[in-house]
Amino acid sequence: MKEIKITGPAQGIKISPATSPGCGCSPVVPGPAGDRASAAESLAGQDFVTGTYAFNSRTFPQVNAAWKRADHRGQVRSRLGAFRMSYAVMPGLYAKGTPDGNSPVLVSCNYKLSFDIIRRELADINAWILVLDTKGINVWCAAGKGTFGTAEVIHRIQSTGLIGLVDHKKIILPQLGAPGVNAAEVQRRTGMRVYFGPVRAGDIPAYLENNMQADAGMRRITFPIKDRFILTPMEIVPAARPLLIFTVAILLLAGLQPRGILFHDMLIRGMPLVFLGTASVLAGAFLTPVLLPFIPFRSFALKGWLMGMAVTAALVYTAQMHGGSIPLLLAMLIFFPAAASYLALQFTGATTYTGISGVKKELHYALPVYKGAAILSAMLMLGDKIMQWGIL
Amino acid sequence: MKYLKNVTTLKYNKDKCTGCRRCTEVCPHAVFIMDDKKARLTDADACMECGACAVNCAFGAITVSAGVGCAAAIIHSMIYGGEPTCDCSGPGQSCC
Repeated sequence: MKEIKITGPAQGIKISPATSPGCGCSPVVPGPAGDRASAAESLAGQDFVTGTYAFNSRTFPQVNAAWKRADHRGQVRSRLGAFRMSYAVMPGLYAKGTPDGNSPVLVSCNYKLSFDIIRRELADINAWILVLDTKGINVWCAAGKGTFGTAEVIHRIQSTGLIGLVDHKKIILPQLGAPGVNAAEVQRRTGMRVYFGPVRAGDIPAYLENNMQADAGMRRITFPIKDRFILTPMEIVPAARPLLIFTVAILLLAGLQPRGILFHDMLIRGMPLVFLGTASVLAGAFLTPVLLPFIPFRSFALKGWLMGMAVTAALVYTAQMHGGSIPLLLAMLIFFPAAASYLALQFTGATTYTGISGVKKELHYALPVYKGAAILSAMLMLGDKIMQWGIL
Repeated sequence: MKYLKNVTTLKYNKDKCTGCRRCTEVCPHAVFIMDDKKARLTDADACMECGACAVNCAFGAITVSAGVGCAAAIIHSMIYGGEPTCDCSGPGQSCC
Protein backbone atom coordinates (compact mmCIF):
# COMPACT_ATOMS: atom_id res chain seq x y z
CA MET A 1 0.00 0.00 0.00
CA LYS A 2 1.17 3.46 -0.84
CA GLU A 3 1.13 6.12 1.82
CA ILE A 4 0.27 9.62 0.76
CA LYS A 5 0.46 12.05 3.63
CA ILE A 6 -1.59 15.17 3.75
CA THR A 7 0.35 17.52 5.99
CA GLY A 8 0.64 21.19 6.75
CA PRO A 9 -2.09 23.70 7.46
CA ALA A 10 -4.75 24.35 4.88
CA GLN A 11 -3.72 27.30 2.81
CA GLY A 12 -6.09 30.04 3.72
CA ILE A 13 -8.36 31.57 1.16
CA LYS A 14 -9.57 35.07 1.55
CA ILE A 15 -13.22 34.90 2.44
CA SER A 16 -15.42 37.88 2.05
CA PRO A 17 -18.14 37.82 4.71
CA ALA A 18 -20.27 40.17 2.68
CA THR A 19 -21.13 37.66 -0.02
CA SER A 20 -22.11 34.50 1.75
CA PRO A 21 -25.20 32.93 0.25
CA GLY A 22 -26.92 30.97 2.99
CA CYS A 23 -26.98 27.26 2.33
CA GLY A 24 -29.89 26.64 4.65
CA CYS A 25 -27.91 24.41 6.93
CA SER A 26 -27.10 24.70 10.59
CA PRO A 27 -23.61 25.57 11.80
CA VAL A 28 -21.42 22.54 12.21
CA VAL A 29 -20.56 21.52 15.72
CA PRO A 30 -17.56 19.20 15.68
CA GLY A 31 -18.17 16.12 17.74
CA PRO A 32 -20.28 12.99 17.78
CA ALA A 33 -23.22 12.90 15.44
CA GLY A 34 -26.35 10.82 15.78
CA ASP A 35 -26.47 8.52 12.78
CA ARG A 36 -22.90 7.30 12.96
CA ALA A 37 -23.02 3.89 14.67
CA SER A 38 -26.07 2.58 12.88
CA ALA A 39 -24.81 3.85 9.51
CA ALA A 40 -21.48 2.02 9.83
CA GLU A 41 -23.26 -1.31 10.25
CA SER A 42 -25.55 -0.98 7.26
CA LEU A 43 -22.74 0.42 5.11
CA ALA A 44 -20.77 -2.75 5.81
CA GLY A 45 -23.60 -4.92 4.54
CA GLN A 46 -23.07 -3.87 0.90
CA ASP A 47 -21.46 -6.57 -1.20
CA PHE A 48 -18.55 -4.47 -2.49
CA VAL A 49 -17.48 -3.80 1.13
CA THR A 50 -14.67 -6.21 1.92
CA GLY A 51 -14.62 -5.83 5.68
CA THR A 52 -14.55 -3.41 8.56
CA TYR A 53 -11.60 -1.22 9.35
CA ALA A 54 -10.85 -0.06 12.88
CA PHE A 55 -9.19 3.31 13.36
CA ASN A 56 -9.17 5.75 16.24
CA SER A 57 -11.52 3.45 18.23
CA ARG A 58 -14.12 3.62 15.45
CA THR A 59 -14.97 1.19 12.68
CA PHE A 60 -15.48 1.94 9.02
CA PRO A 61 -16.62 -0.11 6.04
CA GLN A 62 -13.51 -1.03 4.09
CA VAL A 63 -13.23 -1.19 0.32
CA ASN A 64 -10.37 -1.95 -2.03
CA ALA A 65 -9.52 -1.29 -5.65
CA ALA A 66 -10.58 -4.65 -7.06
CA TRP A 67 -13.85 -5.02 -8.93
CA LYS A 68 -15.95 -8.13 -8.47
CA ARG A 69 -18.07 -9.72 -11.16
CA ALA A 70 -21.15 -7.87 -9.87
CA ASP A 71 -19.34 -4.52 -10.24
CA HIS A 72 -18.53 -5.24 -13.89
CA ARG A 73 -22.09 -6.39 -14.57
CA GLY A 74 -23.43 -3.25 -12.88
CA GLN A 75 -21.28 -1.04 -15.08
CA VAL A 76 -22.66 -2.61 -18.25
CA ARG A 77 -26.27 -2.49 -17.04
CA SER A 78 -25.97 1.14 -15.94
CA ARG A 79 -24.73 2.08 -19.41
CA LEU A 80 -27.78 0.56 -21.06
CA GLY A 81 -30.89 1.76 -19.33
CA ALA A 82 -33.02 2.63 -16.35
CA PHE A 83 -31.02 0.30 -14.06
CA ARG A 84 -28.69 3.24 -13.50
CA MET A 85 -31.40 5.10 -11.62
CA SER A 86 -31.18 2.65 -8.72
CA TYR A 87 -27.45 1.92 -8.84
CA ALA A 88 -26.32 3.52 -5.61
CA VAL A 89 -24.06 3.03 -2.62
CA MET A 90 -25.02 4.16 0.85
CA PRO A 91 -23.69 7.61 1.78
CA GLY A 92 -21.07 7.76 4.51
CA LEU A 93 -17.37 7.47 5.19
CA TYR A 94 -15.49 4.54 3.69
CA ALA A 95 -11.93 3.37 4.27
CA LYS A 96 -10.12 2.59 1.03
CA GLY A 97 -7.34 0.28 2.15
CA THR A 98 -5.91 1.26 5.53
CA PRO A 99 -6.04 5.05 5.81
CA ASP A 100 -4.92 6.97 8.89
CA GLY A 101 -5.04 10.53 10.22
CA ASN A 102 -2.76 11.79 7.46
CA SER A 103 -4.50 10.12 4.55
CA PRO A 104 -6.32 12.14 1.90
CA VAL A 105 -10.09 12.55 2.07
CA LEU A 106 -11.85 12.24 -1.28
CA VAL A 107 -15.46 13.28 -1.64
CA SER A 108 -17.68 11.39 -4.06
CA CYS A 109 -21.30 10.96 -5.12
CA ASN A 110 -23.25 7.80 -4.37
CA TYR A 111 -23.76 6.65 -7.97
CA LYS A 112 -22.12 3.27 -7.64
CA LEU A 113 -20.32 3.41 -10.99
CA SER A 114 -18.57 6.66 -9.94
CA PHE A 115 -17.68 5.19 -6.55
CA ASP A 116 -16.32 2.02 -8.17
CA ILE A 117 -14.18 4.02 -10.60
CA ILE A 118 -12.68 6.09 -7.78
CA ARG A 119 -11.71 3.10 -5.67
CA ARG A 120 -10.33 1.31 -8.74
CA GLU A 121 -8.26 4.32 -9.84
CA LEU A 122 -6.89 4.82 -6.32
CA ALA A 123 -5.15 1.46 -6.88
CA ASP A 124 -2.77 0.98 -3.95
CA ILE A 125 -3.36 4.36 -2.29
CA ASN A 126 -4.92 4.45 1.16
CA ALA A 127 -7.60 7.10 1.48
CA TRP A 128 -10.88 8.05 3.06
CA ILE A 129 -13.82 8.26 0.68
CA LEU A 130 -16.66 10.49 1.86
CA VAL A 131 -19.76 9.52 -0.11
CA LEU A 132 -22.49 12.15 -0.36
CA ASP A 133 -26.16 11.39 -0.85
CA THR A 134 -26.73 12.47 -4.45
CA LYS A 135 -29.73 10.13 -4.91
CA GLY A 136 -27.58 7.79 -6.96
CA ILE A 137 -26.77 10.45 -9.57
CA ASN A 138 -23.27 11.11 -10.92
CA VAL A 139 -21.20 14.07 -9.70
CA TRP A 140 -21.70 16.46 -12.61
CA CYS A 141 -25.45 16.03 -12.97
CA ALA A 142 -25.92 16.09 -9.20
CA ALA A 143 -23.85 19.27 -8.95
CA GLY A 144 -26.04 20.89 -11.61
CA LYS A 145 -29.10 19.92 -9.63
CA GLY A 146 -27.52 20.93 -6.32
CA THR A 147 -27.68 17.54 -4.59
CA PHE A 148 -23.91 17.34 -4.85
CA GLY A 149 -23.98 20.64 -3.03
CA THR A 150 -22.68 22.89 -0.31
CA ALA A 151 -25.29 21.84 2.25
CA GLU A 152 -24.77 18.11 1.66
CA VAL A 153 -20.96 18.40 1.90
CA ILE A 154 -21.28 20.23 5.21
CA HIS A 155 -23.90 17.79 6.51
CA ARG A 156 -21.85 14.75 5.54
CA ILE A 157 -18.64 16.12 7.10
CA GLN A 158 -20.63 16.64 10.28
CA SER A 159 -22.63 13.42 10.42
CA THR A 160 -19.63 11.17 9.76
CA GLY A 161 -17.44 12.84 12.38
CA LEU A 162 -14.71 13.50 9.81
CA ILE A 163 -13.39 16.43 11.83
CA GLY A 164 -11.22 14.97 14.54
CA LEU A 165 -10.71 11.76 12.62
CA VAL A 166 -8.08 13.16 10.29
CA ASP A 167 -5.23 15.37 11.46
CA HIS A 168 -5.45 17.77 8.53
CA LYS A 169 -8.13 20.17 7.31
CA LYS A 170 -8.21 19.30 3.64
CA ILE A 171 -10.88 17.60 1.58
CA ILE A 172 -10.65 16.85 -2.11
CA LEU A 173 -13.75 17.24 -4.24
CA PRO A 174 -14.06 16.24 -7.87
CA GLN A 175 -13.69 19.34 -10.04
CA LEU A 176 -16.97 18.59 -11.79
CA GLY A 177 -18.73 18.93 -8.42
CA ALA A 178 -17.83 22.63 -8.32
CA PRO A 179 -21.10 23.91 -9.89
CA GLY A 180 -22.90 22.75 -6.73
CA VAL A 181 -20.35 23.48 -4.04
CA ASN A 182 -19.35 26.85 -2.67
CA ALA A 183 -15.90 25.96 -1.37
CA ALA A 184 -15.57 29.09 0.76
CA GLU A 185 -18.88 28.34 2.47
CA VAL A 186 -17.78 24.78 3.32
CA GLN A 187 -14.58 26.13 4.87
CA ARG A 188 -16.44 28.79 6.81
CA ARG A 189 -18.88 26.26 8.27
CA THR A 190 -16.58 23.31 8.89
CA GLY A 191 -13.02 24.57 8.84
CA MET A 192 -12.26 22.08 6.06
CA ARG A 193 -10.50 23.63 3.08
CA VAL A 194 -11.94 22.37 -0.20
CA TYR A 195 -9.46 21.36 -2.90
CA PHE A 196 -10.94 20.65 -6.29
CA GLY A 197 -9.18 17.59 -7.66
CA PRO A 198 -8.84 16.58 -11.29
CA VAL A 199 -11.76 16.12 -13.69
CA ARG A 200 -10.94 12.45 -14.29
CA ALA A 201 -10.60 9.90 -11.49
CA GLY A 202 -7.68 8.38 -13.38
CA ASP A 203 -5.62 11.49 -12.61
CA ILE A 204 -6.18 11.29 -8.83
CA PRO A 205 -2.94 9.36 -8.08
CA ALA A 206 -0.85 11.87 -10.07
CA TYR A 207 -2.69 14.76 -8.40
CA LEU A 208 -1.96 13.35 -4.93
CA GLU A 209 1.68 12.62 -5.79
CA ASN A 210 2.01 16.17 -7.06
CA ASN A 211 1.11 17.64 -3.67
CA MET A 212 -2.52 18.22 -4.70
CA GLN A 213 -1.67 20.37 -7.68
CA ALA A 214 -3.57 19.69 -10.89
CA ASP A 215 -1.86 20.55 -14.15
CA ALA A 216 -3.85 22.24 -16.91
CA GLY A 217 -4.66 18.95 -18.64
CA MET A 218 -6.22 17.49 -15.50
CA ARG A 219 -8.56 20.48 -15.29
CA ARG A 220 -9.90 20.22 -18.84
CA ILE A 221 -12.87 18.10 -19.78
CA THR A 222 -12.59 16.40 -23.14
CA PHE A 223 -15.06 14.37 -25.17
CA PRO A 224 -13.13 11.67 -27.01
CA ILE A 225 -14.75 9.18 -29.36
CA LYS A 226 -14.64 6.42 -26.74
CA ASP A 227 -16.77 8.50 -24.36
CA ARG A 228 -19.18 9.51 -27.12
CA PHE A 229 -19.55 5.91 -28.23
CA ILE A 230 -20.21 4.60 -24.73
CA LEU A 231 -23.05 7.12 -24.34
CA THR A 232 -24.92 6.08 -27.49
CA PRO A 233 -26.92 3.18 -25.99
CA MET A 234 -28.65 5.73 -23.77
CA GLU A 235 -29.64 7.65 -26.91
CA ILE A 236 -30.80 4.63 -28.89
CA VAL A 237 -32.71 2.80 -26.13
CA PRO A 238 -35.09 5.70 -25.37
CA ALA A 239 -35.73 6.09 -29.12
CA ALA A 240 -36.80 2.45 -29.45
CA ARG A 241 -40.32 3.03 -28.09
CA PRO A 242 -41.29 5.86 -30.47
CA LEU A 243 -39.77 3.81 -33.31
CA LEU A 244 -42.00 0.87 -32.39
CA ILE A 245 -45.10 3.08 -32.35
CA PHE A 246 -44.05 4.57 -35.70
CA THR A 247 -43.56 1.07 -37.12
CA VAL A 248 -47.01 -0.15 -36.10
CA ALA A 249 -48.71 3.01 -37.39
CA ILE A 250 -46.85 2.96 -40.71
CA LEU A 251 -47.52 -0.74 -41.34
CA LEU A 252 -51.24 -0.28 -40.69
CA LEU A 253 -51.38 2.76 -42.94
CA ALA A 254 -49.42 1.03 -45.69
CA GLY A 255 -51.57 -2.08 -45.50
CA LEU A 256 -54.80 -0.10 -45.54
CA GLN A 257 -56.41 -0.59 -48.94
CA PRO A 258 -59.96 -0.24 -50.25
CA ARG A 259 -60.21 -4.01 -49.96
CA GLY A 260 -59.08 -4.05 -46.32
CA ILE A 261 -55.73 -4.22 -44.55
CA LEU A 262 -53.51 -6.25 -46.84
CA PHE A 263 -50.38 -7.98 -45.59
CA HIS A 264 -48.78 -7.77 -49.01
CA ASP A 265 -49.09 -3.96 -49.13
CA MET A 266 -47.93 -3.74 -45.55
CA LEU A 267 -44.64 -5.35 -46.53
CA ILE A 268 -44.11 -3.80 -49.93
CA ARG A 269 -45.16 -0.24 -49.08
CA GLY A 270 -44.56 -0.22 -45.31
CA MET A 271 -41.22 -1.91 -44.82
CA PRO A 272 -39.15 0.70 -46.72
CA LEU A 273 -40.55 3.38 -44.40
CA VAL A 274 -39.83 1.28 -41.30
CA PHE A 275 -36.32 0.71 -42.64
CA LEU A 276 -35.81 4.45 -43.16
CA GLY A 277 -37.19 5.15 -39.68
CA THR A 278 -34.66 2.81 -38.13
CA ALA A 279 -31.90 4.36 -40.22
CA SER A 280 -32.84 7.85 -39.07
CA VAL A 281 -32.71 6.75 -35.42
CA LEU A 282 -29.21 5.40 -36.02
CA ALA A 283 -28.22 8.58 -37.88
CA GLY A 284 -29.38 10.84 -35.05
CA ALA A 285 -28.66 8.75 -31.98
CA PHE A 286 -25.54 6.88 -33.06
CA LEU A 287 -23.75 8.35 -36.09
CA THR A 288 -24.10 11.98 -34.99
CA PRO A 289 -22.72 11.42 -31.44
CA VAL A 290 -19.86 9.22 -32.64
CA LEU A 291 -18.84 11.42 -35.59
CA LEU A 292 -19.67 14.67 -33.74
CA PRO A 293 -16.54 16.79 -34.37
CA PHE A 294 -16.30 15.68 -38.01
CA ILE A 295 -19.80 16.79 -39.00
CA PRO A 296 -20.10 20.40 -40.21
CA PHE A 297 -21.94 23.07 -38.16
CA ARG A 298 -21.88 23.71 -34.42
CA SER A 299 -25.62 23.25 -34.03
CA PHE A 300 -26.68 19.74 -33.04
CA ALA A 301 -29.96 20.12 -34.91
CA LEU A 302 -28.06 20.86 -38.13
CA LYS A 303 -25.52 18.10 -37.54
CA GLY A 304 -28.32 15.59 -37.02
CA TRP A 305 -30.30 16.84 -40.00
CA LEU A 306 -27.24 16.52 -42.21
CA MET A 307 -26.57 12.94 -41.10
CA GLY A 308 -30.25 12.07 -41.43
CA MET A 309 -30.40 13.56 -44.93
CA ALA A 310 -27.24 11.75 -46.03
CA VAL A 311 -28.50 8.38 -44.79
CA THR A 312 -32.07 8.85 -46.07
CA ALA A 313 -31.04 10.14 -49.50
CA ALA A 314 -28.49 7.36 -49.95
CA LEU A 315 -30.96 4.63 -49.03
CA VAL A 316 -33.87 6.05 -51.03
CA TYR A 317 -31.68 6.57 -54.09
CA THR A 318 -29.96 3.17 -54.06
CA ALA A 319 -33.10 1.15 -53.32
CA GLN A 320 -35.62 3.44 -55.07
CA MET A 321 -37.71 3.18 -51.91
CA HIS A 322 -40.35 5.68 -52.98
CA GLY A 323 -41.37 3.47 -55.88
CA GLY A 324 -41.63 6.43 -58.25
CA SER A 325 -44.11 8.40 -56.12
CA ILE A 326 -43.07 12.04 -55.86
CA PRO A 327 -45.24 12.83 -52.79
CA LEU A 328 -43.79 9.80 -51.01
CA LEU A 329 -40.24 10.81 -51.98
CA LEU A 330 -40.81 14.31 -50.59
CA ALA A 331 -42.37 12.92 -47.41
CA MET A 332 -39.32 10.71 -46.88
CA LEU A 333 -36.84 13.53 -47.46
CA ILE A 334 -38.73 15.88 -45.16
CA PHE A 335 -39.59 13.56 -42.28
CA PHE A 336 -36.58 11.32 -41.68
CA PRO A 337 -33.81 13.97 -41.63
CA ALA A 338 -35.99 15.98 -39.21
CA ALA A 339 -36.38 12.93 -36.98
CA ALA A 340 -32.60 12.40 -36.97
CA SER A 341 -32.13 16.09 -36.18
CA TYR A 342 -34.49 15.85 -33.18
CA LEU A 343 -32.64 12.84 -31.83
CA ALA A 344 -29.24 14.48 -32.33
CA LEU A 345 -30.46 17.47 -30.35
CA GLN A 346 -31.22 15.13 -27.44
CA PHE A 347 -27.52 14.30 -27.26
CA THR A 348 -26.85 17.83 -25.94
CA GLY A 349 -27.80 16.38 -22.54
CA ALA A 350 -24.85 13.99 -22.66
CA THR A 351 -22.08 16.20 -23.99
CA THR A 352 -19.40 17.92 -21.97
CA TYR A 353 -19.63 21.29 -23.69
CA THR A 354 -23.19 22.39 -24.53
CA GLY A 355 -24.71 25.19 -22.46
CA ILE A 356 -28.34 25.97 -21.73
CA SER A 357 -28.43 29.25 -23.69
CA GLY A 358 -27.26 27.50 -26.85
CA VAL A 359 -29.69 24.61 -26.52
CA LYS A 360 -32.57 27.02 -25.89
CA LYS A 361 -31.61 28.92 -29.03
CA GLU A 362 -31.54 25.70 -31.05
CA LEU A 363 -34.92 24.62 -29.73
CA HIS A 364 -36.39 28.02 -30.48
CA TYR A 365 -35.64 27.56 -34.17
CA ALA A 366 -35.84 23.79 -34.46
CA LEU A 367 -39.10 22.88 -32.70
CA PRO A 368 -41.36 24.79 -35.15
CA VAL A 369 -39.43 23.19 -38.03
CA TYR A 370 -39.99 19.70 -36.57
CA LYS A 371 -43.70 20.37 -36.18
CA GLY A 372 -43.93 21.71 -39.72
CA ALA A 373 -42.00 18.74 -41.09
CA ALA A 374 -44.28 16.28 -39.30
CA ILE A 375 -47.46 17.95 -40.59
CA LEU A 376 -46.15 18.39 -44.14
CA SER A 377 -44.91 14.82 -44.45
CA ALA A 378 -48.21 13.49 -43.08
CA MET A 379 -50.08 15.48 -45.73
CA LEU A 380 -47.75 14.17 -48.46
CA MET A 381 -48.29 10.60 -47.24
CA LEU A 382 -52.02 11.21 -47.44
CA GLY A 383 -51.61 12.57 -50.96
CA ASP A 384 -49.63 9.47 -51.91
CA LYS A 385 -52.39 7.27 -50.48
CA ILE A 386 -55.06 9.12 -52.45
CA MET A 387 -53.06 8.75 -55.68
CA GLN A 388 -52.49 5.07 -54.88
CA TRP A 389 -56.20 4.43 -54.53
CA GLY A 390 -56.87 6.32 -57.70
CA ILE A 391 -59.41 8.61 -56.06
CA LEU A 392 -58.07 11.58 -57.96
CA MET B 1 -15.35 21.03 -29.94
CA LYS B 2 -17.15 24.33 -29.62
CA TYR B 3 -20.84 25.05 -29.25
CA LEU B 4 -22.82 28.05 -30.55
CA LYS B 5 -21.16 31.47 -30.62
CA ASN B 6 -22.30 34.54 -28.70
CA VAL B 7 -24.96 32.85 -26.61
CA THR B 8 -23.35 32.48 -23.17
CA THR B 9 -24.66 34.57 -20.28
CA LEU B 10 -21.22 34.65 -18.64
CA LYS B 11 -20.18 38.09 -17.40
CA TYR B 12 -16.90 38.97 -15.73
CA ASN B 13 -16.02 42.13 -13.84
CA LYS B 14 -12.24 42.25 -13.59
CA ASP B 15 -12.32 45.11 -11.07
CA LYS B 16 -13.79 42.81 -8.42
CA CYS B 17 -11.23 40.04 -8.96
CA THR B 18 -8.77 39.48 -6.10
CA GLY B 19 -6.74 36.83 -7.88
CA CYS B 20 -7.78 33.90 -5.64
CA ARG B 21 -7.60 31.52 -8.64
CA ARG B 22 -10.77 29.61 -7.76
CA CYS B 23 -12.32 30.18 -11.20
CA THR B 24 -9.25 28.79 -12.94
CA GLU B 25 -9.44 25.78 -10.63
CA VAL B 26 -13.11 24.93 -11.26
CA CYS B 27 -13.66 25.73 -14.95
CA PRO B 28 -13.50 22.53 -17.03
CA HIS B 29 -13.01 24.52 -20.24
CA ALA B 30 -10.22 26.86 -19.11
CA VAL B 31 -12.38 29.91 -19.83
CA PHE B 32 -10.45 31.77 -17.12
CA ILE B 33 -6.68 31.92 -16.90
CA MET B 34 -4.44 33.83 -14.54
CA ASP B 35 -2.86 36.91 -16.02
CA ASP B 36 -0.95 39.45 -13.95
CA LYS B 37 -2.48 38.37 -10.60
CA LYS B 38 -6.01 38.58 -11.90
CA ALA B 39 -8.24 36.19 -13.76
CA ARG B 40 -8.62 36.86 -17.46
CA LEU B 41 -11.65 35.79 -19.47
CA THR B 42 -10.29 34.00 -22.52
CA ASP B 43 -12.90 32.44 -24.82
CA ALA B 44 -16.44 33.03 -23.54
CA ASP B 45 -17.84 30.83 -26.33
CA ALA B 46 -16.20 27.84 -24.64
CA CYS B 47 -18.39 28.44 -21.57
CA MET B 48 -21.06 25.78 -21.00
CA GLU B 49 -22.79 27.76 -18.25
CA CYS B 50 -22.31 25.16 -15.53
CA GLY B 51 -22.00 27.95 -12.97
CA ALA B 52 -18.98 26.57 -11.10
CA CYS B 53 -17.00 29.81 -11.40
CA ALA B 54 -19.82 32.08 -10.24
CA VAL B 55 -20.72 29.80 -7.31
CA ASN B 56 -17.11 29.80 -6.21
CA CYS B 57 -16.26 33.44 -6.78
CA ALA B 58 -16.42 34.86 -3.26
CA PHE B 59 -16.13 38.39 -4.59
CA GLY B 60 -19.03 38.57 -7.01
CA ALA B 61 -16.80 39.17 -10.00
CA ILE B 62 -18.49 36.49 -12.12
CA THR B 63 -22.13 36.03 -13.01
CA VAL B 64 -23.68 33.43 -15.25
CA SER B 65 -27.23 32.21 -15.70
CA ALA B 66 -26.38 28.58 -15.03
CA GLY B 67 -28.40 25.62 -16.17
CA VAL B 68 -28.25 22.30 -17.93
CA GLY B 69 -27.57 22.30 -21.65
CA CYS B 70 -29.88 19.38 -22.26
CA ALA B 71 -32.65 19.47 -24.87
CA ALA B 72 -34.72 16.81 -23.11
CA ALA B 73 -34.64 18.76 -19.85
CA ILE B 74 -35.56 22.04 -21.54
CA ILE B 75 -38.43 20.47 -23.50
CA HIS B 76 -39.63 18.84 -20.27
CA SER B 77 -39.62 22.21 -18.53
CA MET B 78 -41.49 23.81 -21.47
CA ILE B 79 -44.26 21.24 -21.19
CA TYR B 80 -44.47 20.73 -17.44
CA GLY B 81 -43.02 24.02 -16.20
CA GLY B 82 -40.22 24.50 -13.73
CA GLU B 83 -36.52 24.87 -14.29
CA PRO B 84 -34.75 22.40 -16.61
CA THR B 85 -32.83 19.96 -14.41
CA CYS B 86 -30.70 16.86 -14.82
CA ASP B 87 -33.47 15.00 -13.12
CA CYS B 88 -35.09 12.88 -15.81
CA SER B 89 -37.50 11.62 -13.18
CA GLY B 90 -40.51 11.03 -15.39
CA PRO B 91 -42.04 7.54 -15.33
CA GLY B 92 -39.62 5.08 -16.88
CA GLN B 93 -37.41 7.93 -17.98
CA SER B 94 -33.71 8.06 -17.35
CA CYS B 95 -30.85 9.83 -18.91
CA CYS B 96 -27.87 11.33 -17.15
